[in-house]
Amino acid sequence: MDFVTFLIQVLNSVQYGLLLFLLASGLTLIFGIMGVINLAHGSFYMLGAYLALSLTQYAGNLFLGIALGLPLAVLFGLVLEKLFIARLYHRDHLYQVLLTYGLILVFDELRSLIWGNDVHGVPVPKALDWSIPLTDTLSYPVYRLMISAICLAVAGAMYVLIQKTRFGMMIRAGVANREMTQSLGIDIGLVHGFVFALGVALAALAGMIAAPVSSVFPGMGGQILIISFVVVVIGGIGSIKGALAAALLIGFADTFGKVLAPQVSGMAVYLVMALVLLLRPAGLFGRTAA
Amino acid sequence: MGRLSPALLLPLLAVAALAAGPLVAGTFYVQLLTKIMILVVFAMSLDLLVGCAGLVSLGHAAYFGVAAYALAALSPQYEAANLWLTLPAAMAVSALAALVIGFLVLRTSGVYFIMATLAFAQMLYAFFAESGVIGGSDGVYIYSKPEALLPGGLKPFDLERTTDFYYVALAAMAGVYVLLRTILHSLFGRVLVGIRDNEQRMRSLGFQTFRYKLAAFVISGALAGLAGYLSAAQFGFVNPELLNWHRSGEVLMMVILGGMGSLYGAALGAFVLVLVEDVLGGLTTHWLLPMGIFIIAAVFLLPEGIAGLWRSGLGRRRRPAAPDPVEVATDAAAVEEAAADA
Repeated sequence: MDFVTFLIQVLNSVQYGLLLFLLASGLTLIFGIMGVINLAHGSFYMLGAYLALSLTQYAGNLFLGIALGLPLAVLFGLVLEKLFIARLYHRDHLYQVLLTYGLILVFDELRSLIWGNDVHGVPVPKALDWSIPLTDTLSYPVYRLMISAICLAVAGAMYVLIQKTRFGMMIRAGVANREMTQSLGIDIGLVHGFVFALGVALAALAGMIAAPVSSVFPGMGGQILIISFVVVVIGGIGSIKGALAAALLIGFADTFGKVLAPQVSGMAVYLVMALVLLLRPAGLFGRTAA
Repeated sequence: MGRLSPALLLPLLAVAALAAGPLVAGTFYVQLLTKIMILVVFAMSLDLLVGCAGLVSLGHAAYFGVAAYALAALSPQYEAANLWLTLPAAMAVSALAALVIGFLVLRTSGVYFIMATLAFAQMLYAFFAESGVIGGSDGVYIYSKPEALLPGGLKPFDLERTTDFYYVALAAMAGVYVLLRTILHSLFGRVLVGIRDNEQRMRSLGFQTFRYKLAAFVISGALAGLAGYLSAAQFGFVNPELLNWHRSGEVLMMVILGGMGSLYGAALGAFVLVLVEDVLGGLTTHWLLPMGIFIIAAVFLLPEGIAGLWRSGLGRRRRPAAPDPVEVATDAAAVEEAAADA
């Protein structure tokens, strides 16, 4: 592998890893704070991509579409939390699995009723539809760099939100000790609602910005969900830092697995997970096995 | 006891009714019932983990699929494989897969365990779909059903005949039920329930809980392999979708909807889910939508599963917070006693 090819693969790894981070950070927060395992997280990614498809056609531009779609996703998350998830806090994980699995079926069929079962493409925004030439034959699309930049900006914003704001303090307190936080007079119900909505919005955003490069297809939610679980398991539940490290690790494992051993590339990420489970069962940044 | 025990009465009635099935039902329904009974074996094997040991596996399709693939790999292309050789081999392959994966995933617990089992099942799915062994993503056909040929040239049954296959599935279902009930009532089963209720306490009592859990995981995997083998034999076709996580989800639905830990609950769940699927599938191509709504409604309306309806119908309402479907002593004191006896 020459240097330019290597560089391209590194950029791809980072881009994929950061995209996974958007999904896994929501998933890990929802579990860390609310104690809820959310199988429907992949559906939010899928819905985001389909929203991008429709809203881009409506607004004429992907970024306008995202601007319209994100508030919708937040609202959707708040409603879902109130209607379904809030009733599950005190019940066994089993029922969370059951309910969110039921939600997957519902979302999948609604998607099929509204958008059909075809594979769609979303056009890359005009201003970003060009490539940086690296050699005579190789170049790197600017839009992919843009994805990484957006993800990094979101990661930075989340860092500020969680480490520097009062709301972030509530979130961190909730992860550390839910009951104690509640007894200090913090409305944990409100925190739950916002965290869930934040998770939905992040997953939907990931789906929206990924739509132009990954295309929009029915099975996209399930695929990304399982990889996101792998990221959360490797990173350690409840840890944003862990989610970021693990997402990048998986980004590299998957991308370089595809380049170096295409026949068994699908297994690369799981082998990394097996290794982590063997050495650190609670994940890289996990406190204890939850 | 002398009490009307659903754990005894229901299965006896069900087996008697099912034994008469082929006398009254046409080929289509005999085949549908065969398929359901195989799924009951699958669901009961998972119930040992979920209901009894409290280990929520979301990757159980892996062991089902691996055994199905083992049959495909062991079948000569145009001849029938020998049932008595390939069935134990297929179950052994499933047990081995469960041993390796169990060793890794049992280091975690709770929600971690759910995610890890799911991920490892998906790894096997990726392996069969991408590596191109045994048909790759297209799958392969198994042209002849396994032959039950004994050394003396004796053939007690012929799987090519629909009714014979039906009774083999019925026997497998009844056999697995009896086996799992025996396990549950043994010291081993009581320790598993003890682990579910309070693992730390069991550890402090001197039980090496990891070994118990791993043993349960392997037994469960081998029995799922039995179901996978029979399923592959019935349909004569295997593909990676057998290991897809949707199948793991489906079988978990069966166990939870039916009612965990009682075995007959899992069986009930399998019957209800397949029949609902059949009815809804006949009405609309978007049958997964009402199915999803049905599952969501069940979470809120049937906290103890379908089998729980029966129990509360008999006026034996239990505390909803601590359903105790396994009719064995679950409190730690009884386990202590049992341990002292051993």
